[in-house]
Amino acid sequence: MKNLHVNILATLLILVSATICYYKVTELKLPLLPVQESELWTIEAKVTYKRTAGPSKVSMMLPKQVPGYVVLDENFVSGRYGLTLENEDLNRVAQWAIRRSQGDQTLYYRMQLIPGETPEFKDKNVAYPVEQDYPEIMRTALTALLEQVRNKSADTKSFTHELLQRLNAPDSDENVKLLRKDAATPEAWVSRVISILQGARIPSRQVNLLILSDGARHSRLVPWLQVYTGERWVTFNPKTGESGFPSNAVLWKYGDKPLLDVSGGKSANVDFSIYKQSRGMIAVTQQRAGIINGPVMEFSLFNLPVQTQNVYRILIMMPVGVLLIVLLRNIVGLKTFGTFMPILIAMAFRETELAWGLALFCLLLALGLMIRFYLEYLRLLLVPRLAAVLIIVIILMTFVSLLSHKLGIDRGLSVALFPMVIIAMTIERMSLVWEEHGAGESLQQCAGSLFVASLSYLLMTNEYLEHLMFVFPELLLTLLAFTLWLGRYTGYRISELWRFRSVIVKGN
Amino acid sequence: MLWKNLLNPSKRLRELGLLGMNQRNGDYILKYNQRKFYPLVDDKLRTKKLAQQAGIAVPELYAVIEAEYQVAHLSEILAPYSEFVIKPAHGSGGEGILIIKGRSKEGCRKLNGALLTKSEVDHHISNILSGMYSLGGQPDVALIEYRVDFDPVFEQVSYQGVPDIRTIVFQGIPVMSMLRLPTRMSDGKANLHQGAIGVGIDMATGRTTGGVWHHDLIDAHPDSGHTINHLEIPGWDNILLLSAGCRELVSLGYIGVDIVLDSKLGPLMLEINARPGLSIQLANKQGLLPRLEAVEKIKSIPSSPEERVKLAKSIYRQTQNSQVL
Repeated sequence: MKNLHVNILATLLILVSATICYYKVTELKLPLLPVQESELWTIEAKVTYKRTAGPSKVSMMLPKQVPGYVVLDENFVSGRYGLTLENEDLNRVAQWAIRRSQGDQTLYYRMQLIPGETPEFKDKNVAYPVEQDYPEIMRTALTALLEQVRNKSADTKSFTHELLQRLNAPDSDENVKLLRKDAATPEAWVSRVISILQGARIPSRQVNLLILSDGARHSRLVPWLQVYTGERWVTFNPKTGESGFPSNAVLWKYGDKPLLDVSGGKSANVDFSIYKQSRGMIAVTQQRAGIINGPVMEFSLFNLPVQTQNVYRILIMMPVGVLLIVLLRNIVGLKTFGTFMPILIAMAFRETELAWGLALFCLLLALGLMIRFYLEYLRLLLVPRLAAVLIIVIILMTFVSLLSHKLGIDRGLSVALFPMVIIAMTIERMSLVWEEHGAGESLQQCAGSLFVASLSYLLMTNEYLEHLMFVFPELLLTLLAFTLWLGRYTGYRISELWRFRSVIVKGN
Repeated sequence: MLWKNLLNPSKRLRELGLLGMNQRNGDYILKYNQRKFYPLVDDKLRTKKLAQQAGIAVPELYAVIEAEYQVAHLSEILAPYSEFVIKPAHGSGGEGILIIKGRSKEGCRKLNGALLTKSEVDHHISNILSGMYSLGGQPDVALIEYRVDFDPVFEQVSYQGVPDIRTIVFQGIPVMSMLRLPTRMSDGKANLHQGAIGVGIDMATGRTTGGVWHHDLIDAHPDSGHTINHLEIPGWDNILLLSAGCRELVSLGYIGVDIVLDSKLGPLMLEINARPGLSIQLANKQGLLPRLEAVEKIKSIPSSPEERVKLAKSIYRQTQNSQVL
């Protein structure tokens, strides 16, 4: 009956923790492995203009979403300007307004991006364009060109590709030359291509890209072409006819509306500067997960101040060590001084590192024991004796630190990190066991404790485990479940197989 | 046969019905021993008083030393007695027990003949009072009681000290017993982990069946060389009766009762243990589980100790037929 209860409880705990983990891994894309780095792009748009008399209003187009990237953070530096953000079908518009100002004005917009997938938003129903009234001479050229292209293509995508290649070919025929006329700027060229595509009744639009290159100072938007195939929008390079976005490009705005619109000012200009940083994957993904899905990540340990985070990095590893102790004591049957003493020693080893930790610990214990045996001769009462041992331990620690400092061994200083109360109690217990059961038994228990401490140190400092526990603290529930199960383990301990060996061997 | 046992040792233990530490704690102690009754057995003074009220024979209590100032008057308190035992009320595993078999001008004589000065005895009592032998270092009291003049029947097979009989009593039914014989190594103490010998006992007849010393099965006492097999324990039924009666005393379902045989007073109950050890199985070369399970199958346990002793014997015979070691 009790076992059933424990089993149900443990299964529930494991289910809950596994579900949260699964969600975090698959939906929030939290990494299972530590030390992955991600590139973080920072884009800064600097808007400058000279104001004229009267109130001024600055509108700038901003992306609503950036395909292929996740916006981690954005902020506006706008001084005394009032700021409003508006959604305008595919774009966003930031509007800065001020009633009175003087001289050169500067406004900043900053955005941080990391690569990643965001759900695509749906375009509105695409309207098929009606044929335009082209001048007579152009219409003939256009019809001829479209006819040729149509013969050499299978669908919208290949049609557009073929068309763009013909339009861009250096040795083109008269028809193409005519169509290319008066389209010098990239924007004009894209709108020319769009109007040609209208002739074939293919919906198309201009998109404006920002090419991400580390350290760019005066980047401009590059117009690009998108064609609707009937199912989705396909992107084309208007100069070459290649489909798809160039690498490291950010889709800044849709359509051919101007990026910046200033009323009450002149010589308006936008300058993009871009730089790249590498950031620890954990921090980035946590931040990203927080943006994608707020409530779950509200309870992430990453929301704590960094100092507290560092404390929890250590604390959250303790249950792993505790589970190890349970295993070693109840399944293996190892004897240690005190139940959780090895864990506290292992925590001290974190700072001192294993070899030094063991050496310092043994040194302290040996010195302490020697003095403890002398105290035994003085016949002190228990509590004063314990207090005396504690004081002596601290004196010894000070002494070891001073000596190692004089000798120039910096590691020796870390002796101060040992939990001295624990050491004092260990010395006391060890001397009792020594008196009552002999040196062998006491050294055996001491070796057992140190073995468990070393093992749990290795486990608790394992980089992979540490990452897992910190990013997925719900694993604590799994640890709890296993501990519950171990609490109902009534089988033999491995040490009992040895203890009852005479029966096993001689039986029958 | 041998290599098969070694290959899968836990299977062999399960076949033998050996009770492991985890199962003892999880399935028996946690289940049958309510924590609120623990103080009754953990405090030997309370156990003794309860037993006296219930008419169970215990060694006479001479004095209780409760505070440090009483240690100064120790010689006055001890004046009438030349033989006595000093033990902590909350001691466990036989620790802190000092047996004095005689006195001289210089001080007290221990069992092994060594002399203890008065100040050494005082310090021992101070240690007891400060909680050196109690669980968790709680302050304790020291009991001074009658030193059992043990029955000479075991003289050949014990090295000084007091041999005692440990019986596991499960729900009032004695299920397994062993005779514990002190050795030179155990310094007169009867605890197996201190080096005493555990000797298995036939529950039906009260005859010994061979023993275990440390982890080795033995047939003779290591110090005297006398055989420890087929010794007859005098008054066996009385011992069983006394053990069975201890169940009501402390309201615990799974206990170990320690009984000594006094040459004049007969069986005396020394102490009750709420967490009896597992070595008794080694001494008997049998597992506890078949007997414990047999008791668990009984629907209503009779209230009279006599009936329970009868049941104990029948359970013993039953389990002997079913499993042979």
